[in-house]
Amino acid sequence: MFKYLKQLTSLVAMVAVLFTFTTETMAAKKSKTLKNTQKKGFVRCGVSQGLPGFSNADAAGNWTGIDVDVCRAVAAAVLGDANKVKFTPLSAKERFTALTSGEIDILSRNTTWTLSRDADIGLTFVGVNFYDGQGFMVRKSSGITSTSQFKDGISACTNIGTTTELNMRDFFNSKGISYEPVAFEKADEVVAAYDAGRCDTYTTDKSGLAAQRTKMSNPDEHIVLPETVSKEPLGPVVRQGDSVWEDIVRWSLNAMIEAEEYGITSANADSMKTSDNPAVKRLVGAEGELGAAFGLDNEWSLRIIKQVGNYGESYKRNIADTGILPDRGPNELWTKGGILYVPPAR
Amino acid sequence: MDLKLQKIIPQLITVLVVVLVFGFFTYNAQINMENRGIDFGYGFLSQESSFDVQFSLIEYDGSHSYFRAYLVGLLNTILVSVIGIIIATILGVIVGVARLSPNYLINQFAAFYVEFFRNIPLLLQIFFWYFAALRALPLPQDADAMLGVFFLTIKGLYVPAFIWENLNVFLYSIIAAIIAIVVIRIHARKVQETQGKQLPVFWISVGLIFILPLLSFLIGGVSLSFEIPKLKQLAATSFKYEGGLSLPPELIALTLSLALYTATFIAECVRAGIQGVGKGQKEAAASIGLNPNQVLKLVVMPQALRIIIPPTTNQYLNLTKNSSLAAAIAYPDLVLVFAGTALMQTGKAIEIVSITMLTYLSLSISISILMNWYNKKIAIKEK
Repeated sequence: MFKYLKQLTSLVAMVAVLFTFTTETMAAKKSKTLKNTQKKGFVRCGVSQGLPGFSNADAAGNWTGIDVDVCRAVAAAVLGDANKVKFTPLSAKERFTALTSGEIDILSRNTTWTLSRDADIGLTFVGVNFYDGQGFMVRKSSGITSTSQFKDGISACTNIGTTTELNMRDFFNSKGISYEPVAFEKADEVVAAYDAGRCDTYTTDKSGLAAQRTKMSNPDEHIVLPETVSKEPLGPVVRQGDSVWEDIVRWSLNAMIEAEEYGITSANADSMKTSDNPAVKRLVGAEGELGAAFGLDNEWSLRIIKQVGNYGESYKRNIADTGILPDRGPNELWTKGGILYVPPAR
Repeated sequence: MDLKLQKIIPQLITVLVVVLVFGFFTYNAQINMENRGIDFGYGFLSQESSFDVQFSLIEYDGSHSYFRAYLVGLLNTILVSVIGIIIATILGVIVGVARLSPNYLINQFAAFYVEFFRNIPLLLQIFFWYFAALRALPLPQDADAMLGVFFLTIKGLYVPAFIWENLNVFLYSIIAAIIAIVVIRIHARKVQETQGKQLPVFWISVGLIFILPLLSFLIGGVSLSFEIPKLKQLAATSFKYEGGLSLPPELIALTLSLALYTATFIAECVRAGIQGVGKGQKEAAASIGLNPNQVLKLVVMPQALRIIIPPTTNQYLNLTKNSSLAAAIAYPDLVLVFAGTALMQTGKAIEIVSITMLTYLSLSISISILMNWYNKKIAIKEK
């Protein structure tokens, strides 16, 4: 009798263990980050300390910018409300540690996608929301109109902890020009020092130059030189090891770009449900079961488009209308001469 | 037996707790790093750094290793600390003594200085000197020469560089002078103790330190010329000075703010030390016929130093650690170069932060050991 009891207990224990395993894998499919986000009720998003057009806070603490819109899109998809985002301003130096240590879940902070960052330090880049390149800004009065006029001994202000610092060295070395790098921790200090005349040139991504120019005491006194000395694909980053969360962020961004391609805007999204184009219907949740793949409902992309808008709307609102870069350049859709091309949402 | 056990058990528990806590953090970090695919290791130190640094005491550019970049940062930290400590000490002693001056204007001015500078956050002072004072400086092309050869501009202070010939002979002559002075001092002390006569040691010393190096110029073949900075045009409105020695404005602003801030605390230590010596001591010293100079040198200072040294050591440590605020104004110190750029480029957060912490710890402990040795040396030796 007792013998049987012992066997019975072990059987029950085994079943229990198996059951826990199966529920565990079901839950794992939903992603730990996703689960935590839904439990907390907000998306934890790392942004810059103030870069107009990308991520910038107004006096009331409201964040705007195309980097901010990526996080808002994820919040709309995951939580149903684009405003449920907690923004953490980070310096270039702090950003990756904040992400890998779990302080934030998305880093959307004009961050360049490079091999060593993607492969080496526990990060995964999910896409590109702005194609950029490094440039130089000089004072108009200096008469410099091209980087070929740079001379030995030029001093260049920049940020520490960025690809800019490395590109700058490559650039000056290849031209055989000696230079004095003056690297600050915060962008505001770089601008202040350059503005005061400490440096002859200020170098960072061209979009950054255009944005920071608006902060100078007299923006008209400065010009951005035409040369682009590097490739800087900027995009959102997530922690390595949570592929479902990675997919959610990737497709939230892709949905915004694809929505623009199909002409779906925040204004007409609802009426698009009756469109004849199945691709459009899929994107507004009227057809297919796209959300289920990452544990979301079917209207995730509809919410993104309605609450945040498509990529074009975001660009116009944040970058074009603010006068930073009215011309979209490479950040135009592939159908209109740019290089924005995302895989189909199906 | 029981008593012994009672003593040992709490110690064992303490050790166990420390080991467990440390072990937990190590284990935790290891697991998390493994999950996120981060490698741990110090191999990156020998890799090429591929970034340049603005100001370095040793030869360095991006083709050198990360370890070399670490040395650059460390030396820059030491440089700013040493200069800062020297200026802060001199200024601190002057202000501390000035606060005790019977002259109302002098002591009030000293008191105002101390209260003003020690009550404003250091970072704010650094920003003030760098951004506010810097903006007021002229551009290189508008700078007027000071004494004909110094140029203080927004891009830095340019001073003439010395170009030596037979520099080693000159250095030997200084070393010889110092040795001679030490020997004469020992001799003078003996003469005073045995015969009661006082030799004019001070004047002899001054003479030696001037005459010997001068001789090296006249007969030792030493010669010195100056390289005066020259204005160079980079573009229509962009200039810089070439030749000579240039001190970056970041170094000047940082040293100045660190020294001015720390000097206030040292001044208070000095004041406390001097006031801590009993009035009776001075009166007694005067009554046995010592002149005011001797009273200060032989009676007051040796006793005051005992009070001054330990808290001043703290201030030296503070200054060294505060120098890490350099990152805010682009002075390439250890924190900016190594715990900043190098950390960002490699992503080796744990390794680099641990090295940086150990480095500051070693720096601080070295200063402590040095100051404790000096403190012991001047402490009362009870016989």
